[in-house]
Amino acid sequence: MSVSVQQADFDVGAETAALAAGDFEVGAVATFVGLVRRGGNEVSAMTLEHYPGMTEKALAEIVEQAARRWQLLAVRVIHRFGRLEPGERIVFVGVASAHRGEAFAACEFIMDYLKTRAPFWKREETPRGARWVDARESDDGAASRWDDVDMRR
Amino acid sequence: MANYSVEPMTIRILYFAALRDALGRSEEELSVPAGVGTIQELQAFLADRGDVWQALRSGRNVRAARNQRMAQPSEPIMPGDEIAFFPPVTGG
Repeated sequence: MSVSVQQADFDVGAETAALAAGDFEVGAVATFVGLVRRGGNEVSAMTLEHYPGMTEKALAEIVEQAARRWQLLAVRVIHRFGRLEPGERIVFVGVASAHRGEAFAACEFIMDYLKTRAPFWKREETPRGARWVDARESDDGAASRWDDVDMRR
Repeated sequence: MANYSVEPMTIRILYFAALRDALGRSEEELSVPAGVGTIQELQAFLADRGDVWQALRSGRNVRAARNQRMAQPSEPIMPGDEIAFFPPVTGG
C-alpha cells in the first residue's frame, strides 16, 4: 500500500508490474489512469494545487478504507501536482487482488473517494483566461453510492 | 482551583485555491477571541472582517480541515491547531 503526491510523471507499465511482482497470490491487477483533457479547444493547460501534508494523509486514509472493504494484496496511488498540459497523466490508481471483482471495485472506490476527499484543486487555462474548476455534484453521487454497499465478494 | 490566567489561544489558518485568491493571502496566525470555539464560529468571525472575507460566509460552499483532516463545522478548535479553509476539492 503506497501513496505518492509528486510533480514528476510516472511509468504506468512499471507501476502496474510492481503491483504483482513477487506475489503469486495476485490473480488480478486493475489500474486507472486519469489524463488532462482538452475539452474541445477549451483547456490549454491546468495547474493542480494541493495541501502538502494533508493530501498524502487523505490518500492514505482512502487506501486504508479500501483495504478494509476488500481483500487487497497491493495498492498504489500516485497523484501529480503543478502545471500539466492536455494528454499528460494526472493520477494513477492500481490495485492487486486474488480475483478481478475486488480489484475492479477497489480501484473505482479509490477514485470516487479521491475525487471528493483528497485536497486537490484544478485551475484551467482557457482562451478566455484562467478559471478554477468547480466541484461537480456527480462526484459526490459517485462517492456516496459506496455508503451502504458491503462489497466484499 | 480556578485557573486565573487563561493563555490566549493561537492557531494557524491556511487558505487554498480560489478562496486564497479571493482573500489575497495563503495563511495567518490568529489569537482566537473569546467566544470562538468551533470551526463554524471561526469561519463566522473571519467573515465578519467584511469585504473580501465575506467569501467565508456560511453557505458559500467552503470546506474546512482541522490538523489536516476534513472537519465538520461543529468541531472544536484547540490551541496550536492548524485550520484550513478551501473550496470543494476537484482532484483526480
